Amino acid sequence: MIVLNGQQSDLRAGETVAAILARLDLPLDARGVAVAVDGEVLPRAQWASFALAEHAHVEVLTAMQGG
Amino acid sequence: MHETIDTPASAAANGVAGGSAPASPAAAGGDELTIAGRTLRSRLLLGTGGFPSLALLAEAIAASGCELVTVALRRVDPAARGSLIDVLSDAGVELLPNTAGCHTARDAVLTARLAREAFATDWIKLEVIGDEDTLLPDAPELLRAAEQLVDDGFVVLPYTTDDPVLARRLADIGCAAVMPLGSPIGSGMGIRNPYNIALIRERVNVPVVLDAGIGTASDAALAMELGCDAVLAASAISRAQDPVRMAAAMRAAVQAGRLARTAGRIPRRLYATASTPDEGLPDLGPV
Repeated sequence: MIVLNGQQSDLRAGETVAAILARLDLPLDARGVAVAVDGEVLPRAQWASFALAEHAHVEVLTAMQGG
Repeated sequence: MHETIDTPASAAANGVAGGSAPASPAAAGGDELTIAGRTLRSRLLLGTGGFPSLALLAEAIAASGCELVTVALRRVDPAARGSLIDVLSDAGVELLPNTAGCHTARDAVLTARLAREAFATDWIKLEVIGDEDTLLPDAPELLRAAEQLVDDGFVVLPYTTDDPVLARRLADIGCAAVMPLGSPIGSGMGIRNPYNIALIRERVNVPVVLDAGIGTASDAALAMELGCDAVLAASAISRAQDPVRMAAAMRAAVQAGRLARTAGRIPRRLYATASTPDEGLPDLGPV
């Protein structure tokens, strides 16, 4: 089970970040998107290959109005 | 008699309270602001928070003439309509990501790294909040985060209190600018301590951007008259009844304040100084 943006998801260990982005309707080359896994930045170059571990906490972030 | 009244605002705007002369002449053009090697023609920065729609944000950007706008980083909302990134890209403005909502150096540093990844910019408006009600900066955490981010190669623009010592410390560790508050974020209370803003301008050798507290155009003009190099306005524009009109007002105010600062205002005096000479005054005879 993987936690996506604070919500428990039905995503399983072994999924890539790319699969998660697809679920959020985001292409791999989406502008203004960043991903953190367990409190660390996951560089874009690793989105397609990095396999998530069980209980991983994934944050998918983008630009919002602010400041 | 005829003493100069040495109020903070007059002294600062005069450059007599320690005497920092205007750095460069401000004509209508040729008075660019440079931060970390990037040249900005507009001395007004716009915060994108609080606009009721992206369309209104785009209009306000155009009316403000700004070239640099802040954005926050938040969880992707699959239901969100319209892309802020696309709107800002179409407007031709550069992004200044912020770390709004961070309460620790750790969170702010991680948010900055995520912003760098998301927006392909090393620039970061560093906010580390220490109090929920006032949203005032947490000085020790702010310094800690600024130090780490400078070491990490970021162009750091910290949102800070109006404490000249803290501003100096931030500049000394390598921040590209300092962004002191005039009053709490979104309060619209203007510049509560003009003495300190003027002192900060004198004591740091990096650009000073008045950040929070601007309520209306005269606040922005005062910031520039006090010697600030730029003004960031967010709520004052986005939550005005007519944000586009207020954006135009802020643009004019920042320009006017900058011109006044570099023109050098007259000193304040308690008594009048005749602007018309007495020489040649006729004798009109006894009453």
